[in-house]
Order: sequence, then C-alpha cells, then structure tokens
Amino acid sequence: MNERPDTDPIEVKVVDPSQPDTAKDAPVEKQVSTLRLVATLAVAGALAGLLIVLVNLHTKPIIDVYKAEQLKLAIYEVLPGVSRYRTLYLVDGALSAEVPAGAKATDFRQAYVGYDEAGRMKGVAVSRGESGFQDVVQVIFGFEAETAILLGMKVLESKETPGLGDKIFKDQVFVDQFFARPQTPLRAIKAGSGKGAPGEIDAITGATISSKVVVSIINNGIAEWLPVLEQGIPEEAP
Amino acid sequence: MRPTTPSQDFIRGIWEENPVLIQMLGLCPALAVTNTVKNALAMSAATFFVLCCSSVLISTFKRLIPKEVRISSYILVIATFVTLADMMLQAYAPVQHKELGAFIALIVVNCMILGRQEAFASRNTVYRSLLDAVGTGIGFTIALVMMGGFREILGIGTFFDISLFGPNFEPWVVMVLPAGGFLTLGFIILGMGVYEQRKLAKQAHGEAA
Repeated sequence: MNERPDTDPIEVKVVDPSQPDTAKDAPVEKQVSTLRLVATLAVAGALAGLLIVLVNLHTKPIIDVYKAEQLKLAIYEVLPGVSRYRTLYLVDGALSAEVPAGAKATDFRQAYVGYDEAGRMKGVAVSRGESGFQDVVQVIFGFEAETAILLGMKVLESKETPGLGDKIFKDQVFVDQFFARPQTPLRAIKAGSGKGAPGEIDAITGATISSKVVVSIINNGIAEWLPVLEQGIPEEAP
Repeated sequence: MRPTTPSQDFIRGIWEENPVLIQMLGLCPALAVTNTVKNALAMSAATFFVLCCSSVLISTFKRLIPKEVRISSYILVIATFVTLADMMLQAYAPVQHKELGAFIALIVVNCMILGRQEAFASRNTVYRSLLDAVGTGIGFTIALVMMGGFREILGIGTFFDISLFGPNFEPWVVMVLPAGGFLTLGFIILGMGVYEQRKLAKQAHGEAA
C-alpha cells in the first residue's frame, strides 16, 4: 500500500487487524447461548421478511401493470390491423372465454383473438417458448386461423448472444420477413439461397441456431394451436 | 495495515484497493454485464445500493450479532437488500432489469459485498463503514463503466447507444461476448500493472539519485 500522509484531522479509534482480535472478541468473551443465536437469526429473518413483503406490496402492482401493457402492445404488433382483441383460455383441450370457477387465469395457456373495426376475426396470437442458443426464447406471434398464414412475430424474452443471436429481434430485415404474410410451415434457409418457395425465411448469418429456434417456435406453435382453433372459437357474449 | 483516517477509508476502495481491478472481487458481474455502458451502470447502481445499505445496517448492529452466526446474518441482510433492489428495478427500470436478468439476484453472492462486511463494517463505526462502502462502490462503478465503455465502443461501435463511427464500422463482435470481457479485464489490469511499476521504478530512481 502506498504511504499516505495523515492529513485528515479527524482522529478515530481504529482496529488494527495485526493485533490480537480485540474488538471482535471483546463484546462476547463468554459462551453465547444457543437461544441467543437462534433468536438473533429469527428476529433478523422476520424483519427481513417483513421488509420484503412491504416493498413487494408496493412494487407488484406496478410490475403487473407494466407486464400487461407490454403484452397488449405485443399483441397489437403481431396482429396488424386489429383494433381490439379477446383473451381465450385453453381449458381441457378447447378454447373457453372463461376459466373454470375458482381457478386462476394465469394457470391456463392463453390465445388472443383479434378483430378489426368491422368485428371480423383477423387472426390469433399465441406465445410460446423453446430453448435457444443460451436460454429459453419466448416469442409471441399472430396467424390467420383458416389459412395458417403468419401475420407477425415478436420476441418477448431472449438471452441470445448480444451482437449475433439478438439479431432475431434487433435485425429489422429478419423481423420484417415474418410480417410479409409467409405461408406456414416456415423453413429457415441460408440467406440468399431462397428459390421463392412459400414459407422461406432467410436465417441470420452467424445466428443460424437462434433463427431456427424462432421458425421452430412458430411452426410448432401453429401445429399445436390449429387443431384447437378448428374446434371452434366460443361466441362472444353479447 | 496501519490505522486509517476516514478520508483514506473512502479513497482506498476507489483506487489502491479497487475491488475489481486490484482485489479481483466481484468479477462475475464485472465480466457478465459489462457489454454496454448502460448495463454496467445499472449493475453498479444496484450493487452500490446493496453495499451501502448492508454496511450501514451491519455496522449499526455489529454488537448485537454473535460471531457464531455473523456470516448467516450478513448474507441474510445482503439477500434482503438484493431482493428489494431486484423488485424496485423491475418496477421502475424494467428495460434494464430485463437486460441484467439473473445477474441482479447474483449480487447476493458478490464476494466484494460480503468481504466489506466481514473486513470492515463488522468492526468499524457506522460513519466509517458508510465511507468505506461508498468508496468501494465508486471503485466498482469505475471499473465496470471502464469495461463497459471499452467493450461497447469496440464491440458495437456505440457509446451510451450513440453511434461513434458511422455505418461503415464493422463491430468487433467478440468484445461483447464473454471472451471480450476477459480480454478487456486482462488489458485493463495489465495497463494498471505497467503504470504502477513505472511509478515504483521512478520512485526507486529518485531515491538512488
């Protein structure tokens, strides 16, 4: 350590660690009772819990509002031209407008059915996650229920490699392909090698795995949801 | 170690005993979230908050904490403040929270924070512990922002999201990847080592002359 002149006028009592442990042992020379140890931790734990609960009470509503807002924005983004949407729940393999009594809405998988201003159904948005290069990639996408044409795609969550894999949501050219109404199932191909076949998506150079994950999420998601949608969508309550 | 003055408590963490660059503590966040300056700042702010709160609280209650359970108590205090920081970041800075991901929770096991409690806050006054924590926190921030700046400029070609080199710049992608973190840290430490050695050589030279 560098020698420093003691210019600070404030003299404070200090502990020199090279000396025998005077300060550390001074307050508790005798054996501390087990009860004291347990009590210390119990009190500290209780206070910590109380503090966390109080702050959580304050922040939870803000976080929930933000999340709902983000989801709403994402739904409108992947269903272009939609003016309102309805949330439906997957209950026992069929869509239902309401969850069974006593159940929590968040426990069921959700599909968002979008309508245009004339009240016609434009498309359905669902979200799905699959393992990417780093962690689960969560994607929300919209498609037409009758034709299985893709309407749009947005990455909700991803920890893909910055600079490479994160192009699945930062590279506008890649993202725009999903808004060009491609026919599903999609196929990820090497950029520029396309033959104009329907459903071709140019993968990102250097991020083939991440690109393929997005395509796979959409293909698997549509394959999973189409049979459900074919069973019919519950009528809107008047 | 000689007795120190309050101003030394403060200065020490910033340079002489910089937690990241000299003591090599808290390297996990220093490597993981310094790919941009913004992330580095958000991480530093969260760590700063946890470090200061923990140091103040632990130095306040140091006489009430039996030494047998001191580590568990410190961890409990640190974990509580990390949870609070996590929840508040999520509520008020959701974008940064999303970027930092799991690394916020990992502040709990940042050995720099536990180290300051064990080495300083548990045996010094509240005032000096706060000074020590603020100094260490600033040192940590400087190290992270330095790394973040270096990596963002070379790896993305921006500083604070502002483009520096125009569209023709080919980013050194490796710099924002984990390997770039190690490289950057290595070069910064090398640079500091060279500087210190030069200074020592100069001193020796001056004494000889």
